[in-house]
Amino acid sequence: MFYREAGDFSTTYQQDNQTFPIKFDRYRYYVVLFIAIFVVPFLINDYWVNSIFMPFLIYAIAAIGLNILVGYCGQVSLGTGGFMAVGAYACYKLMTAMPEVSMFIHVLLAGVITAAVGVLFGLPSLRIKGFYLAVATLAAQFFLVWLFNRVPWFYNYSASGQISAPERDVLGVFITGPNTQAWATYLFCLVFVIFSAYVARNLTRGSVGRQWMAIRDMDIAAEIIGVNPLRAKLTAFAVSSFFVGISGALFFSVYLGAVEVGEVFGISKSFLVLFMIIIGGLGSIFGCFAGAAFLVLLPVALKIVGVDWLGWPTDIVAHLQLVIVGALIIVFLIAEPHGLAQLWRVAKEKLRLWPFPH
Amino acid sequence: MPDQFLFAIEVILNGLMAGVLYALVALGFVLIYKASGIFNYAQGVMALFAALTLVGIMEGQVPFSHLINATFGTDVHHFGWHVPALLAIFLTMLVMIALAWCVQRFVFRFLVGQEPIILFMATIGLAYFLEGVGDLMWGSDIKTLDVGLPQGGSFWIEEMTVGLGGDGFYGFFIDKLDIIATVIAVLLVAGLVAFAQYTKQGRAMRAVADDHQAALSVGVSLNFIWILVWSLAGFVALVAGIMWGAKSGVQFSLSLIALKALPVLMLGGFTSIPGAIVGGLIIGVGEKLFEFLIGAPFLGGATENWFAYMLALLFLVFRPQGLFGEKIIERV
Repeated sequence: MFYREAGDFSTTYQQDNQTFPIKFDRYRYYVVLFIAIFVVPFLINDYWVNSIFMPFLIYAIAAIGLNILVGYCGQVSLGTGGFMAVGAYACYKLMTAMPEVSMFIHVLLAGVITAAVGVLFGLPSLRIKGFYLAVATLAAQFFLVWLFNRVPWFYNYSASGQISAPERDVLGVFITGPNTQAWATYLFCLVFVIFSAYVARNLTRGSVGRQWMAIRDMDIAAEIIGVNPLRAKLTAFAVSSFFVGISGALFFSVYLGAVEVGEVFGISKSFLVLFMIIIGGLGSIFGCFAGAAFLVLLPVALKIVGVDWLGWPTDIVAHLQLVIVGALIIVFLIAEPHGLAQLWRVAKEKLRLWPFPH
Repeated sequence: MPDQFLFAIEVILNGLMAGVLYALVALGFVLIYKASGIFNYAQGVMALFAALTLVGIMEGQVPFSHLINATFGTDVHHFGWHVPALLAIFLTMLVMIALAWCVQRFVFRFLVGQEPIILFMATIGLAYFLEGVGDLMWGSDIKTLDVGLPQGGSFWIEEMTVGLGGDGFYGFFIDKLDIIATVIAVLLVAGLVAFAQYTKQGRAMRAVADDHQAALSVGVSLNFIWILVWSLAGFVALVAGIMWGAKSGVQFSLSLIALKALPVLMLGGFTSIPGAIVGGLIIGVGEKLFEFLIGAPFLGGATENWFAYMLALLFLVFRPQGLFGEKIIERV
């Protein structure tokens, strides 16, 4: 009744090809953007930003990156944590080497550097695939973490071996360091989220994205119809690592402020992001947001229910969380391999016909 | 420098022993992969779970005691009995068989015919699930596992070899446990090969591995074979869990050994039981020797974390099917 396309005519090709062809979707999208930009910053405080909004936004970027590689191009990667570490350390080195340059540039450059590293570790994908490739990316994960731990140049010879973000501002408002405002850090991350989602969405529905999907669905057939597998796979690795690098840079500089690489960017981070895109939906930008929101909210919700209401010790809740996440992964793979995004699609399909389903 | 040389030999020997333990975990992978095409990431966590269960049964721990205490305000921890090691191992094996049945019944029965990578991700989910359940059941503190295996350095070998070097050389230091582990691994492999080669169930297992549908059409029960294979993998996990648990305590890092088994498999080939052994030995020796010769002096140490993966990566580029694997890799 409310969600319908009747009476919604496209009179130009441009209208026909837009991202949200249905008017209702388009307005919903504008409303969400409006709320995110103009309403949320006035309502949030430090707790909300640090425990929900910031991890959600940053993981959403990482999930978009990984989804491009796994969901769109079909190349499974377990090296997300390592690539996030590259972004973080690149950002750190840039921030300390060039203090006067804007943070926006630093974060983007960190993404570019990560993209280069990603291409390097993507090279084996030209010869191997499936979980052989997954193991190759595991090599990236362990090697990169070790590298950042052992080579003092990366952490500027600091005694603790950690990196900590110096204070930087955008237009006079601090976004890193100890004196940040909740709304400023939130908006800074939001800019990158909107940018990433916009770029990713348009890349995946353009010719590059179709090449990726052709490779994913059947590489040999794709090669025969003229897709260059070398180009398609390496661009997927590059674009994917670019976003993952941005998220790593934000994770370090804006969210945590100080990072010990083995703890923050370990293998469990890789799995976390992989779970986000499985639960959210492989091959869907909306799914990245849904998955990130789900896995960020789940521990918070569990903590509220388990610790605050039932009075369980925190370690039981932590273990329970493992059980629930593991079970959810299996349930989603069995019942709904396309994740929350598919549930959303089904719901939309139902809504279009509601209340007369025939 | 003969001392240096002898020391290198000791490093190699210790690497061989570590390799045997990698190979034990890798064996479990190969078994499941051969029979069902599932790459079981949860193998390491299964080893952890088996070791936790074994300790729990031996000490008479009450399962889920922490949770029960937190929910009902009670204070139960132990039943107050101690189960002898052999009986406990037997009971643990029953638990692992039950686990195999559950895994088959509730997870992989619904995923038959899915792409391998989906199955792989399902086993990652399984790994998380098992880890959580293991911790909930038996608690997450580090436990010591003592099933009566001899431990500590072997004095006999030290005394026999002390004359080889100069004054600074005190003979080779080799843990007795490692020697036992080696013997057990060899027996296990021989047993598994014999089982697969000469028994009826073993033949059925190989038939299923070859072609599901053909096996089904000549009357092999897929369901039974898969449960059998998961139970076998559970058995191997139990053995690996006992060995690692006795060596370094039962703790979470046990499950990370599963990741080390991946490069072992890359080297040895996914489908070959001897390959798992040889791959394990190569990785074990390789990483110890690399650390000793290059890592510690020049690279700042701790190269063991990534050496195996990089070696596997190089290997993949030049010989993707591994040393002994069947050449079924699709080149892209």
